[in-house]
Amino acid sequence: MSTLFLALVITSSQILLGLSMLCATYRMARGPRAQDRVLGLDALYLGATLLLVTYGIQTGRSLYFEAALAIGLLGFAGTVALAKFLMRGEVIE
Amino acid sequence: MIQGPDLPTWAAVIVGLLLLTGATTTLIGTLGLLQLKSFYERVHAPTLGTTLGAALILAASMVSFSVLQSRPVIHEILIGVFVTLTTPVTLMLLARAAIYRDRSEGASRVPTDGPRRTPPA
Amino acid sequence: MNRLFPYPVLTLALFVMWILLTGFSPGHVLLGGLVAALVSRTMLSLKPEPTGFRPSLAIFRLAGLVLADIVRSNFAVARIILFKPAERHSGFLHLPVELRNPYALAVLAVIITATPGTLWVQHDARRHVILIHVLDLIDEETWIRFIKDRYERLLLEIFE
Repeated sequence: MSTLFLALVITSSQILLGLSMLCATYRMARGPRAQDRVLGLDALYLGATLLLVTYGIQTGRSLYFEAALAIGLLGFAGTVALAKFLMRGEVIE
Repeated sequence: MIQGPDLPTWAAVIVGLLLLTGATTTLIGTLGLLQLKSFYERVHAPTLGTTLGAALILAASMVSFSVLQSRPVIHEILIGVFVTLTTPVTLMLLARAAIYRDRSEGASRVPTDGPRRTPPA
Repeated sequence: MNRLFPYPVLTLALFVMWILLTGFSPGHVLLGGLVAALVSRTMLSLKPEPTGFRPSLAIFRLAGLVLADIVRSNFAVARIILFKPAERHSGFLHLPVELRNPYALAVLAVIITATPGTLWVQHDARRHVILIHVLDLIDEETWIRFIKDRYERLLLEIFE
């Protein structure tokens, strides 16, 4: 009984996170300016990280934890590189 | 895919509550991304997800794994530390890039470099 | 001790991270300790400035204040997004700071940006003024006094 309840709760929170990733995708696709797109991408990375953590809870496997950590790292590096590019026009000075 | 871990009822209630509130907080943050009017207002929106949203979902994961394996599992704290330390860095860089771009285009609503002259002593 | 571990806090942090990632077993304790001791020595060649960090109880007071403020402003920003109050306006704010220590300024930057509703934009190192963007700007003076009283005083206590 409690397992079924928890399974439903996990699925609905995954839907909520998916909706939030949809909002971020909209901001990334629509702009209007480049900084808005980068901001949307950053929020999208965060949504993906948290969604992977919920998959970890759902399956009880720690594999998803490592994937979430890797996505978080990639998101940080990617957003910093894009922000530097917006400011200077190049990434490595 | 309806599937869930086999937790006792008290743990299931805790994990479920933490997950739902965390996911809702993150969703509210990104709704702000849609709804707020200017870029400088929108930068504030994702911080909801990176602070309270991430903390609650990671706490749910910690409780779930600790109960399942009946030993404390706290490696999710690494994601938490990482997210809270890196998000300010990216947001600051992004805000500085935005303000630099706006200034070079001469936007009127952005403060210039020296609006407040310090009075001579 | 100082010759063996020039940066004890960094060494400890690396060791704890290794254990958290791989799990607790005698082999990993040995390997993690070795990696932490060797990797933290690479900081020697970077020659970072001394931080002027003074361990005191003020750290815990600051951490508690920041946690409480983050939770509180989470609710404040969520209210703004969901209910769209009509008489709200956002804006920039010039905050004069007394902090000079770059590490203390970095901590203040992370605190201000991590808290929803306030964002650190720029630091003018010549005039010692910080540019902050605030989502719900009621009164400039209130915000300036709030940040100075709550965070800057404690940071001045923690950092030399």
